Amino acid sequence: MTVHVKQDKPATDNRLDTMRQNVIGKPVSRIEGLAKVTGTAPYAAEYPVEGCAEGVLVTATITRGSVVRIDAQSALGMPGVIAVIDDERLTTRPAQGTANEAPQQKPRTVCYWGQPIALVVAETFEQARDAAQQLVVEYQPEDDVAVSAEATDAEEQDDETVRMGNLDKAMSDAAHSVDCTYTTKGHASAAMEPHAAIAQWDGERLTVHASLQMLNYNITELSDALDLPESRIRLISRYVGGGFGSKLGVSEEVVAASLAALQLDRPVRVVMSRQQVFEGIMRRSETTQRLRLACDSDGRLTGFGHEALVSNLPGEGFAEPVLQSSHFLYPGENRELVLKLSRVHRMTAGSVRAPGEAVGMPALEAAMDILAERAGIDPVELRLRNIPDKDPEQGLPFSSHKLAECLRQGAEAFGWDGGARKPRMRREGEWWIGTGMASAARVHNVGEARARVTLKADGTALVETDMTDIGTGTYTIVAQIAGEMLGLRPEQVLVDLGDTNHPRGPGSGGSWGASSTGSAVYVACMAIREALAERLGIDETGLVLADAKAGNGTLLTELLRGQDMVREGHYKPGSISDDYLASGFGAFFSEVRVNHFTGETRVNRMLGAFGFGRVLNAKTARSQCLGGITWSIGMALTEALEFDPRDGHLVNRDLAEYHVPVHRDVPDLDVVLVEERDAAASLIQAKGIGELGMCGGAAAIANAIYNACGARVFDYPMTPDRVLAAMPE
Amino acid sequence: MPDELIVNGASHPLPQDPRVTLLDFLRHDLGLTGTKKGCDHGQCGACTVIVNGLRINSCLTLAAMHAGHEVTTIEGLGIADEPSALQRAFVEHDGFQCGYCTPGQICSATAMLAEIANQWPSDASESLEGPIEVSGDEIRERMSGNLCRCGAYANIVAAIRDVAALEGIA
Repeated sequence: MTVHVKQDKPATDNRLDTMRQNVIGKPVSRIEGLAKVTGTAPYAAEYPVEGCAEGVLVTATITRGSVVRIDAQSALGMPGVIAVIDDERLTTRPAQGTANEAPQQKPRTVCYWGQPIALVVAETFEQARDAAQQLVVEYQPEDDVAVSAEATDAEEQDDETVRMGNLDKAMSDAAHSVDCTYTTKGHASAAMEPHAAIAQWDGERLTVHASLQMLNYNITELSDALDLPESRIRLISRYVGGGFGSKLGVSEEVVAASLAALQLDRPVRVVMSRQQVFEGIMRRSETTQRLRLACDSDGRLTGFGHEALVSNLPGEGFAEPVLQSSHFLYPGENRELVLKLSRVHRMTAGSVRAPGEAVGMPALEAAMDILAERAGIDPVELRLRNIPDKDPEQGLPFSSHKLAECLRQGAEAFGWDGGARKPRMRREGEWWIGTGMASAARVHNVGEARARVTLKADGTALVETDMTDIGTGTYTIVAQIAGEMLGLRPEQVLVDLGDTNHPRGPGSGGSWGASSTGSAVYVACMAIREALAERLGIDETGLVLADAKAGNGTLLTELLRGQDMVREGHYKPGSISDDYLASGFGAFFSEVRVNHFTGETRVNRMLGAFGFGRVLNAKTARSQCLGGITWSIGMALTEALEFDPRDGHLVNRDLAEYHVPVHRDVPDLDVVLVEERDAAASLIQAKGIGELGMCGGAAAIANAIYNACGARVFDYPMTPDRVLAAMPE
Repeated sequence: MPDELIVNGASHPLPQDPRVTLLDFLRHDLGLTGTKKGCDHGQCGACTVIVNGLRINSCLTLAAMHAGHEVTTIEGLGIADEPSALQRAFVEHDGFQCGYCTPGQICSATAMLAEIANQWPSDASESLEGPIEVSGDEIRERMSGNLCRCGAYANIVAAIRDVAALEGIA
């Protein structure tokens, strides 16, 4: 039996708070934790499959042009080689998140350096790798290919553009103003598990173990690519070794392994090399951003301008949504927000953790620091004076808004003194010490989701959904929601995720998984509660469930009378999505030291205070925030995709040259979880959390660099050479 | 035996193909997939195992080079019913998210604590000789070869500090 709930109104009843099991929100350790720490949790490539052949992708070594000839014989003569697959259904890019259709195919047309063009299949990985390197490919390259954003005319993205009032006049009338331009480099998701798939074809049905975030979309994308009905495909992603956007859409190795399995009638595994992941999966676009801020003598914003230039491949609809939170974070009746997209032949630009705000907020929040200095107002106070009471562009009410609380609680926990701020006030040996802060904002999304809950005759529960756990804590929070509703401990709830045979949901992406699928689990559990209440002859609101029994002492097992009780919950966001502007908010504080002689920056300590609705699990929620802050450190100081300006190839295509933060880059971090229930965000009053922790954090570091040593740097990452060049004598 | 290597106490014949890395031998030939492949180039540490008591990147060495050597993988450190102190501490402190770098972090930390106990200095040590304090920076420096993209570092360090104190390595 399926129960449908469309949410048109805020869920102000906070029912989870009225339950008695007392597990929701608690810092429960991950229920799959022991499997992960003992190495027994199987990731996509790790299923033992009898007779599995090994495939290695071959990628293009030109930027633009065509593959004229693939000499299959050059590989087929080698030991163990089974086939060279150059089927025109091979996909050449990953699908964008929620694309729901096959990405670009026809691999003989090359659009970027590193694009997959063929797959070599052999008995062993070593044989396939060797043969893939030896495969002879002839190209017809094209000349004069645009590889950098400045080299082409950019298209204005109309749906992102807002012009209100007269910003030029506001700037010239302002008591204080800022007009500056920032750049950010491209970023890679660099999830620790490289993209991988094992495809098995039994003559009727294709089963693929893959590392994907959004199975309900991925199955359609794969079906479309293969021209095989969805009913004949099963996708399984029980453990995903990190996603960060890079596994939102079906990726090239999934389609290649599937085509090979179909053609060869035997299982085929394809694991991308780290270099192939860097070259052939998503990049976050580099950006150039102009910020114009105008305020009156009290620091109240009168003008707000944010223009951004981003890039993508021809044919891709995605434009890094840099201005996403700029539309509503701060007031200013004179506004100009413009996003432009240029077409370049670099690998696909798409979602990398917190697309938009990850780069937009650090530019905006660095500019706000300059405005605070010019206005002579403490940076925390400047933000407190500029919290709009409704969405400044469309006039929508906020569903819930905790920026002020985050700023105040964060400042207190960090020890922000609010006194006069001047650079170079503190020095220890070679090091200048300083502090900085920034606001955080990230739009909240919620989507349609289904989940099946079975309250078993033995008094345990089973939850089934295709939702994935990419490290976010899904397994555990789903067990906590069901446990709270049904009166069970989390370990009495078996959570079965990542299988398209289960009821489907939106998957992991855009921080929407927990609130969407969590709401579907809530709906199913509520239906079970109603059925149990009926058996007891009481109203559901009077039903108390805790420790596997009802309030009157009746055991769940007695109430079930030897039979499982099954309900499917179907949650759909209704007009709440249109009636409110929902967003997570937060505040970052950091202390850094900058070396006077080398320009090297080290983060001494960092704190984030965040409000994102109900905290479902204080331990895993905190970890999500720690992860975001860690990414903020990477973006501020080290992470940059570097492209060869001549041919657009990615120069630093591995983890030795693309510098993600390592242990020694990350000090002890503090997280403050601000109490909030957002009734219009989802049925469980929760908002997204996986991305908020990096939406602005890099600016807290940039502003601390200035406060420490007086260097205003306008280019992220703030590497020693850049800091040194901006350092005053 | 000269043509065998010992993994978690059991002997296995070396692979026929000399190109097989120790990592691929463990994952593919022995089915010990707890050891992870993150980069295959010694850049991420996900494949860290302990060979004759020392931690190494198993992707950077060929299986054929380890005849007679004793290899300990994550599966050899503990099992779900009987986890090692570090495995338990990683769960308690949430020292991981996706879990893919985790076996490497734990193998690395296991051998790293032994290095500190043996008074091997690091870049973060106060001096080249004398007692080594198990500080946060000492752990961070020694663990910097193990990348975690989820950003669980702060929790990993907390888990390791707990175990170091528990085992009296401080």
